[in-house]
Amino acid sequence: MDNLAGKKSGLSWAVNISVAILVLLWLFPTAGLFVSSFRTADQISSNGWWQSMFKTEQNVVLRTANPGDEGAQVVENGVYIMRGNLYGVAGKAEIGAWGVSSRAIDDYVAGDTVDLGDGQTITVAANGDYTLTSPTEITGRGQRIFATAETPPEFTFDNYRSMLFDPSNSEGMAKAFFNTLTVTIPATIIPIVIAAFAAYALAWMDFPGRAILVAIVVGLLVVPLQLALIPLLRFHLNIGIGKGYLGVWLAHTGFGLPLAIYLLRNYMVGLPRDIIENAKVDGATDFQIFTKIVLPLSFPALASFAIFQFLWTWNDLLVAKVFLIDSTGQTTVMTNQIVELLGTRGGNWEILATAAFVSIAVPLAVFFAMQRYLVRGLLAGSVK
Amino acid sequence: MSPALQGLLTILIGVSGCIGYFYFSNQFLDKVLFPAKGANAGRNINRANMVRPWLFLLPAMIALGLYLVYPVFATLWYSLIDRNQGNAFVGLDNYRQMMSQPKFWEAMNNNILWLIIVPAASTAFGLLAAQLTDRIRWGNFAKSLIFMPMAISFVGASVIFKLIYDTRPVDTNQIGVLNAVWLQFNGGVGSFLILRLVPAALVVCFVATLAYVGYNTASKRLRPSHHQRSVLGGVGAAGVMVLCLIGAVMGIGAFFGVFTFDYPYGEPQTWLTTPTWNSILLMVVLIWIQTGFAMVILSAALRGVPEETIEAAIVDGANVFQVFFKIKMPQIAGTIVVVWTTITLTVLKVFDIVFAMTNGQWETQVLANYMFEQLFRANDWGVGSAAAIVIMLMVSPILIWNVWNVRKEMR
Repeated sequence: MDNLAGKKSGLSWAVNISVAILVLLWLFPTAGLFVSSFRTADQISSNGWWQSMFKTEQNVVLRTANPGDEGAQVVENGVYIMRGNLYGVAGKAEIGAWGVSSRAIDDYVAGDTVDLGDGQTITVAANGDYTLTSPTEITGRGQRIFATAETPPEFTFDNYRSMLFDPSNSEGMAKAFFNTLTVTIPATIIPIVIAAFAAYALAWMDFPGRAILVAIVVGLLVVPLQLALIPLLRFHLNIGIGKGYLGVWLAHTGFGLPLAIYLLRNYMVGLPRDIIENAKVDGATDFQIFTKIVLPLSFPALASFAIFQFLWTWNDLLVAKVFLIDSTGQTTVMTNQIVELLGTRGGNWEILATAAFVSIAVPLAVFFAMQRYLVRGLLAGSVK
Repeated sequence: MSPALQGLLTILIGVSGCIGYFYFSNQFLDKVLFPAKGANAGRNINRANMVRPWLFLLPAMIALGLYLVYPVFATLWYSLIDRNQGNAFVGLDNYRQMMSQPKFWEAMNNNILWLIIVPAASTAFGLLAAQLTDRIRWGNFAKSLIFMPMAISFVGASVIFKLIYDTRPVDTNQIGVLNAVWLQFNGGVGSFLILRLVPAALVVCFVATLAYVGYNTASKRLRPSHHQRSVLGGVGAAGVMVLCLIGAVMGIGAFFGVFTFDYPYGEPQTWLTTPTWNSILLMVVLIWIQTGFAMVILSAALRGVPEETIEAAIVDGANVFQVFFKIKMPQIAGTIVVVWTTITLTVLKVFDIVFAMTNGQWETQVLANYMFEQLFRANDWGVGSAAAIVIMLMVSPILIWNVWNVRKEMR
């Protein structure tokens, strides 16, 4: 718009930079969780996740192999020799400076050979390889090495393995994941069917009281579901549903209906009148018009609502807590599981980050795949 | 039976039940009740068409009535009775009891703070993002990244931000970004610039805006051509001016406060246990989520602004800011109100964030969480229902406004 008459705005670089900053600011929190879920507990607590992408310089205490172990030392030309790597395998870190006493941790550089007394010498290479020689048999525990080492970034799938695929992990997310899925799918599909018929009636059928019904639906759109908790829980207990999947499906259906009817009705009203009237003239019944013409044409609106309801039921905590989760905890959903982990494992970020990301991943995938419909639904759904 | 199987069965029964109901009830109507043949064919068709809409609406009406309308009245009733006295009617006793609890007033205060800050900040950020991303080539990509938090659950977002607010003891590496950034400040020149000068400048901008709005309102009311047409308008203008005055006085206080405040440099802060700040940090979570929503809607509105009006303004020599504030803003004012009210509704119901991050401790209580606590921890249905009714009352102005608008539209 500002390129009017070929004049390019001089501020365009400033706009680009501002947007870049804004986007980074908005991505940063999620990125932190994502990166943390691939780090070990030690890594997470030793430095910030934003440092995990770079080599980090750490002061570490390492130890040579235990001389008492079988085969640890060999005799060559009358000299006892121990060879090995301080990290177990080479290449895990790069040692810069090192020492043999906690008071002088950077006396030597990699490659130096140091006299330990009693004729013992030790050589430490940058990659952690060491050679310990002694004229007599080496005894005691492994020699301690204090080193300043550069550790390359390291990521692991272990967190996901233990949170998702380890059946012995009672805090695992696998079960909660399936429970959430079990709640979500019927709670998304059933309101669509019910709402579609009602929306058609409100959009294309003429009857007294139609305007009032639309107004009521709009009013119900904003009723806080907090009001429904106690009366409905009592109702469910009275009719014998109790706490369970059936109850949570019904509750989600009820709470999702106003938006569903509103979205679908607004969309259906906009369909071309000619098509529907022609069909009527040709003798189609309302039921046929609805199933053969209106429903297929309304696909975008159906998709919009389906995404909304899916995200809402997947991410819900309150409804599940009230209508689903009983004292046995067998039917816990992911959001609830995460809140419980926050309480019991508040400092174990590898567990929390992984659990949270498992629950976030599916909505994110849906979001990026179906963003178009979500935006369309948002635009249609906010009451004008 | 495994829940997954049960779920599949429910989908099957639910969906086929619904479709079967619609199909067979229509068949019954057309073939049995009012057959479109015989002597009364014409009358029957008319009658069938009068009944049919209600067939289509019935399941939805039952569900809405049972799950949304009935609970409103039931909750109202529960708030007026006492379970421990055999459901005796106790009038406003529950409300009286609720109002005597300091936690309720803490929740009210916090809710009002949330209601002011979150919609304002989300709308402002959303407007900024919409305006900026509309002008660059990778705007759509940027938009979808800012929009992304919409898909993240409040609980997930709570975990995300708890990591940001994390605190480690002194002299260890901070793993929370906020503390890591905080420890960079040492009281030197940089700290002075960022922690004192920048906030002071923001406060000055805020006071200046308020002064401008107040002055404009005042000069409009006092203009001789504009006689006090309505009492309501006069009261509104006076209200705006008083609010501006209060805001300005508070702003001046904040200006001096910024320079005299004693920042605890070099000490990692436990952010979530510091009253007032912790509430604001919880609000940040919701602002982070809602900004994308505001941006998407406002961006569509900005695109709907007619080109001609903008071109005319540019031809008349308006600069970028004038075009934005004087041409675009007035034309999208309606949409801004919609966004504002929608976010307000979300804020009134906010529960998960507070529940997951602080559970209302350290003076972060909000109404929805207070209500949950009364209902399911204290097991006091009377007070809990009273709190729910308070939320309903706070929502109802928006409800009435929405319904009024839709009625107007349909006429």
